[in-house]
This record gives sequence, C-alpha cells and structure tokens, in this order.
Amino acid sequence: MNVPMDYVLALSGILFVLGVLGVLVRRNAIVIFMSIELMLNSANLALIAFARAMAPGIEAQRGHVLVFFVIAVAAAEVAVGLALIVAIFKTKQSIDVDQVSSLQG
Amino acid sequence: MTIDLILFFGIATIAVISAISMLVSRNAVYSALFLVLNFVAIASLYLLLNAAFIAMVQVTVYAGAIMVLFLFVIMLLGAEKVETSPSLPWQMPVAILLGLVLIAEFAYVLFGRVAQVGGELVGVGEGFGSPASVGRTLFDQYLVPFEVTSILLLVAMVGAIVLTRDDRKESR
Repeated sequence: MNVPMDYVLALSGILFVLGVLGVLVRRNAIVIFMSIELMLNSANLALIAFARAMAPGIEAQRGHVLVFFVIAVAAAEVAVGLALIVAIFKTKQSIDVDQVSSLQG
Repeated sequence: MTIDLILFFGIATIAVISAISMLVSRNAVYSALFLVLNFVAIASLYLLLNAAFIAMVQVTVYAGAIMVLFLFVIMLLGAEKVETSPSLPWQMPVAILLGLVLIAEFAYVLFGRVAQVGGELVGVGEGFGSPASVGRTLFDQYLVPFEVTSILLLVAMVGAIVLTRDDRKESR
C-alpha cells in the first residue's frame, strides 16, 4: 500500500476521538459500550499500521499478535460488561447512565 | 493519485461516516449496525495493510460474535429507545470542546513530528501477515500469553453466568 503512514494514523485518531465523544455525550449504556469498542478498534488500527511500517522483517508480526490479544481481551470485556448491563437493567429497569448514579442497589 | 490512495480514502470515508452515524442515531439497533459497517471497513483497511489474518479475525470475532452479542442484549432488554433529555445542559458543549482538544493534540503529535513516524513504505516479505506466519509467531514466542488468554476467556464466561444468574431460583 502506497498510502503514507500519517493518513492511517490520522484516521485512527479521528475514530478514537469519535469514540471519546460517544462516551461523553450519549447516556444509553449500550451505546457508551459500543463507543469503547470503537476506541479499541482505532488503537488496533494504529498497531497494524505500525506493524506495516516496520516491514519487511517477520518480527513486525508481533504487532499482529498484540492486536490478536487485544481482540481476545475485548471479547472477554464485552461478555462481562453486557452481563453487568443486564444485571443493572434487572434492578433499575433502565440502562440510562444518569439513573444509575447510586452504587447501592 | 494511485489506486491505493483512492481505496484508502473510500474506506476511511465509510469508516468515519459510519462512526458518526453510530453516535447520532437515536435507535441503539441502528447504532450497532453502523458499528458493524465500521468494523468491516476497518477490516478491509487491515487487508490493505497486509494483515490478512487479523482482517479475518476482525470480521469473525468483532463484526460477527461481539456485535451479535450486542444486538442480542439490545433486543433482550428492549433498550433501543431509551434516551431522556440531557439533565446537564453544558455536557454537550464541554464534550465537543474536549474532543477538539484531543484532535488538536493528535494533530500536534502527528504533524509536529513529535513522534517520528511516516516515510515511504517498503514491500513486505513473503507471507507477511498470513495465518500460517502469524500463527508461527504466536505459538513460537507467545505461547504462554496465548494460554493465559484462554483462562481469561473462561473467567469472563463464568463471570457473565454468575452476574446474570437469577438469585430467586437458588433459594427455592
């Protein structure tokens, strides 16, 4: 690919900022969670771009391995997080994060 | 303007527009579907960056498994329409201001050459990023982290089951 690395990193940064905005602005807990996934994904994009910039050299594939681990951890995080959201919905009947400001059930 | 550049800008436009649509759509189901589109766009970007294995993992795990889980929970809770009026009127402007500050910092790091990135890309070696090659790296050098990941996934599964278990059935 003949695209300068700066462009890919800029796209990664833009996607990350959009994820941050989603966390700050939205109050639906599931959408906030999806924004976090967006941020993880933009970080993965930057990692892949850096791995590509280190090529040739098969050692650069360590970046790919790191992205693989990030995806696995994200899968675990989604499982636990969605279970938490379901548990909160069971007690509060709402997943609006403004309604869940008190820790006591 | 090479074909790669055209491809990159097309995919990047799709990714950014789908991310923005995810943020602004009122219905959580639409948000999830726009996020799937975003993940697929980024997966094709991985293909452009010679990361074939990671692109396939992205499509199967992220766009497949994780987003199906999201959609399942959204439909289970019937939570696609909740969004009350904002109780903090200054929240939106402050969030946009903070986002602009973050973009400015990214631009400073990227174009102010604080971080030494960029330069021309050279060609990749044979099999770079292919499943066989990444798998060899994974199992030669990162076998222990790989196994720890499996334990992590097991713990997450147990945690999810414990969190969503119905306590009233236990006492019966």
